[in-house]
Order: sequence, then structure tokens, then C-alpha cells
Amino acid sequence: MGILEVKNVGKRFGGLQALGDVNLSIAENSVHAIIGPNGAGKSTLLNCLVGKLIPDTGSVMFDGQSVLGRKPYEINQMGISRVFQTPEIFADLSVMENMMIPCFAKRDGAFQLNALSSIPSQRDMIERAEHMLEDMNMADKRAMHAGSLSRGDKRRLEIGMCLSQEPRLLLLDEPTAGMARADTNNTIDLLKQISEDRDITIAIIEHDMHVVFSLAERITVLAQGTPLVEDTPDNIKGNPKVREAYLGETQDAA
Amino acid sequence: MGLNKKDFTLLIIVAILCVFAPFILNPFPEGSAMAQFNAGYPDLMQRLVIFGIFAIGFNILFGLTGYLSFGHAAFLGVGSYAAIWMMKLLTMNVIPAIIISVLVAGLFSLLVGWISLRRSGIYFSILTLAFAQMSYSLAYSVLTPITGGETGLQPKVNDPRILDGALAAGETPRANLFGLQMNQSYEMAVGNWVFTFNAGYYLAAIVMLIAFYISIRIFRSPFGMMLRAVKSNQQRLNYTGLNAKPYTLAAFVISGMYAGLAGGLLVAMDTQVGAERMFWTASGEVVLMTILGGAGTLIGPVLGAGFIKYMENIVSKINKSILEQWFAFMPDGIEDLLITLVYPFIGKGWHLTLGILFMLVVIFLPGGLVEGGQRVGRLFKRKKPADDKPDGKTTPAE
Repeated sequence: MGILEVKNVGKRFGGLQALGDVNLSIAENSVHAIIGPNGAGKSTLLNCLVGKLIPDTGSVMFDGQSVLGRKPYEINQMGISRVFQTPEIFADLSVMENMMIPCFAKRDGAFQLNALSSIPSQRDMIERAEHMLEDMNMADKRAMHAGSLSRGDKRRLEIGMCLSQEPRLLLLDEPTAGMARADTNNTIDLLKQISEDRDITIAIIEHDMHVVFSLAERITVLAQGTPLVEDTPDNIKGNPKVREAYLGETQDAA
Repeated sequence: MGLNKKDFTLLIIVAILCVFAPFILNPFPEGSAMAQFNAGYPDLMQRLVIFGIFAIGFNILFGLTGYLSFGHAAFLGVGSYAAIWMMKLLTMNVIPAIIISVLVAGLFSLLVGWISLRRSGIYFSILTLAFAQMSYSLAYSVLTPITGGETGLQPKVNDPRILDGALAAGETPRANLFGLQMNQSYEMAVGNWVFTFNAGYYLAAIVMLIAFYISIRIFRSPFGMMLRAVKSNQQRLNYTGLNAKPYTLAAFVISGMYAGLAGGLLVAMDTQVGAERMFWTASGEVVLMTILGGAGTLIGPVLGAGFIKYMENIVSKINKSILEQWFAFMPDGIEDLLITLVYPFIGKGWHLTLGILFMLVVIFLPGGLVEGGQRVGRLFKRKKPADDKPDGKTTPAE
């Protein structure tokens, strides 16, 4: 039994069958990558996991509980955090405030009317946020406007924000899309370290094969809305079906 | 007090300005040509601080969450009606009237917010506008037994007023604070100047300072941070385990209560209410005040409210004969030309002046009057190092 169990999930948009019959099991504390060519249904699948879309058929169980029909913030409280393709941070707030918000959310739940308490009096929250900023090597940028960070730093901040909620499952949607090589490698190192240091399951949707093969322990290949094969990275590399559907093109291009 | 040094200084400055407003707003001696620019009379001073409260509250919703309500005058109106009914039924003491106005406006804004906040952006604005116009129409026609319809409401001699004793013959009911009448003033003449200290103004100013203090606390609280997060990125907020709706609803109700407080105080100062108080232009006015002063800043809405109310009262009082006085020293032809040019912008045309100023501020100072102040402040800061170093090498200000 994995921490996330996807069974017979299907999703149709009008005449387009985005997801056919997806079965997926992600083992606890593993790094699991989902790859596939454009239009394979990777993002649709991810959106079904976090409550943004509700699948037409099938079930999605997280740690024995169904996530279907729950709102994104409820699913997040169950222990699933999501990192977006374009970093989603509070661009108008300072880096420190960005980090404090998930700390408050973790402590207080979905809503708290603490309109008359002052932020400096919340010592434990400040310490937690500062600690996480240090973990992310961003302590020197705490006073900066989050919107003015570099792309790579925005990504680090977003991952840090997700981690400060101590999620059990971290979902990443193409975390290195649009990044320079150096930033990509930094992100890979960061994710490796997170996976080693913490009790956390990481599911990653990725285009970049370099990222996938550096990180993943298991890989699921999606094609045309259904899983083609699921295996270890080494076996995936050698699998002729995968080459045909996807990898062959990429290797030619590289 | 739970404020940091900077916020505390700001609060103290505002308090000092409020206390000395009768002097500050009356700089010109009586009878001089400039006397019509004096704003230190009770009615206007009361309006300056009361609309300051209205704008401070509106800013908690609009400035922090970015939700633009176009119907806040409805809450001000509902607060006013609640207050006048307290004066008719209970007592002419303003305390129950003010408290009830806040509570009733809070409840009404809970209902309106609950429904309007199902949508965001322009749809939210339209929903609030629709609610406010419905409230206005209801108050004007269907609800006449409660609102007095076209004529509005005021305390009558034969109202029950169960807490007050019977009025003496020929006495009219007057709003008071434990006997201190709101329209009571003390006039101090110094040379050619006359300064007026009005009881109602000082009550309103004290309430405004409390409201301002609470707004600073809200801005600096974790709750205030969440409201700014709502404005910045709702997607991330949702994926951080937070539900935006209760935050926006709480902000909506708080700002509705501020509006109700302003409505109650208006009644306490001038004991009458009409439905026009809820008309959509009144809702638009508080939007203008907040943006003109600087949305999302602490002091901006107060400045904006003061600026607009001052313009409304002062510019609208300038008439043709005053213009003729001003330009009398010029040759006839030029005098007539100038009067013709300026005339559309004064008197009833003050909205034109306001509109032009508003456009200038939005285009050149998107942060409002507060940004203007900051720019001037920076200008002075930049000059200082130049004074220290006569060789002219200046370091740029941070």
C-alpha cells in the first residue's frame, strides 16, 4: 500500500479523453517521477490529486483517505503540498512574510481571526520561519520583496514554504521549467537533500530527463492518458516501448 | 500599546493634529480675503474625521485584500438609521446610538459579504453595488415606515425615548453625551482670529483615533498579513491550507462596522438621516478618498477623506463675485477671460476640480498623497549628505 493510491482515474474534457484509466501507487518516502510527452495528461493527473479537478471516474486515496471532493486547502491540510510550474509565491510580501504564512497555516488551520495580536509577539512562528530560511540558504534575503527574487530563488522559496508545513507528500510540477542549467542543478541538489533529510514522499512531473534520472527512484510513463509502464530509471532507459513513445525523440534532440 | 516606534509616532502625530485642528484649520484671520479657506468650523471638522473613519475601514478591505466594494455607503446608511432609531426609542445620549450603529452595520455587512464574496474582481464590485442600490431604493420607498422615505428621519418631541425624562415645554431633543450637547462650542478670539472648540468634533476625533489605532493593529497582525496574502496570490494561499473566504468576509465585516460607526457618528453630530446617504455616489466617494490618499497605507485614507471633504466644502463655496475680487487687479479683458476659464471649476463645478486632481494623482502618484509625501521626504533626505560633504560627492539615498 503506497501513501498515494490512484485507482482507475478517468477525466474527460468534452470530446477529449484526457485521462483514460490511470492506476498509480506511490510508495512512502520514495521519489516518484511521472513523465510523458506533451498532452499525455500529466498536469490533468496532478490537478486531480490536489483538488483542482475532480475526476469523472476512479478514486484517489491519500494515506487511506479519499481526497476526492475536497477543496485544495483541505487536501493541503491532509499533508499534500504542491510546487507549481511557475513559482507561486506572495510576490507583494517580503521573503520572511512568505515563509511565515505557511507556518501560521500549519499552526492555526484554515482560518484564525488574530487581528489584534502583533507579528513580533509570535516568537515561535518567527523562529520556525527563520530556521526554514536558513535551511533554504535564504536567510540573507529575508527582508527582500519576494517578487524581486531571481527565478531560482523564487523556486527555493516556494519549496521552503511547502516544506515548512511539514507535508507528507510533496508534488512538483516541472520544478526546473525555464531555469538555467546552474539553477536546475541547484534545484536537483536541494530536492535530493530534502528527500534524504526528511520523512517525505516526493512526486515529480518533469520534462527534463536529466532531472528525472538524477532524482527518481521509480518512474511512471504516461502516454495518451494512460500509464504505459512503471519501473526503475535503469529499466525505463532500456525499455523499447518508452523509447518509441517518448525517449527516442528526446535523445535525438539532445 | 503593542505598536512599534514608527507606528506609535504616526498615531501621536495624528492625535496632535486632531487636538489642534481648530487652530490648524483656521490659519486666516476673520474678515480677510483668505478667510473662506478656513475649515475650522464644527460642521466641516466633524465631517473630516467621520469620513476619515469611513475611509480607514474601507481601506482594511480594499487596501489589504484588494476587493473593491462599490456599496459601502449602504453600511454607513444602515448605521445611521440604526442610530436615529436609538435616539427616537431609547435616549438622545449618543453612546447607545453609536454602539447599535456598529452592530447593525456589522450584521448587514455579514449578509452582503456572505453573498457578494462568492465572486471576486469586477463581479464582486457589481454585486456590492447592486446591494447598495437596492438598499437605497428600499429606504427611499418600500421601507418608508422605518426609514421615513423621502423626508428621512429626525428625533421628534413626542418620540417615546424611554430612558430620557420628559422634555420641558418648548425644549427640542438634542444629541448629547451624558448631558454634554454635541453642538456645544467654545469660541476663543485671539486678535482677529476666532477658534471654535466643539464638543461633537472632539468626541468624533477621539473615536477616530481609536478606530485608527485598531486599524494599525490589524495591519500589523498575522490576520492583516493573511489579508495581504489574499491580495497577492489566492492560488498559493489555497495551496497553503488556508481558505480565503473567511479572511475576506472578516475584512468585509470589519470595514462594514467602520462604515456603520461613521454613520452613527454622523447622526450623533447632526440628528437626521436621508436615503441619499446610501446613494452610489456616496459609495464611490469613499473609493476616491482611499485611492487619492493611498490605498493600503495607514494614513492615506485619512488624508484622502480630509482632502475631498475640504475641497467639497471650500471650493464649492467660491462664487463668481469672489473670483471678481481676486482678479480685480488685472486689466478688464484678462480679468473676464480668467473668470470665464476658472468659473467652471468652482462652486457647483467643484467635482470637475476633484476629477482633474484625481486623474493627476492616479497618473503621476499611483501611491496617492502618501507617495507624494514620501517623494518630498526623499528629496530632503537626498539633500542632507550634500550639505555634509562640500565636495559635492553625494551618496544616493536608500
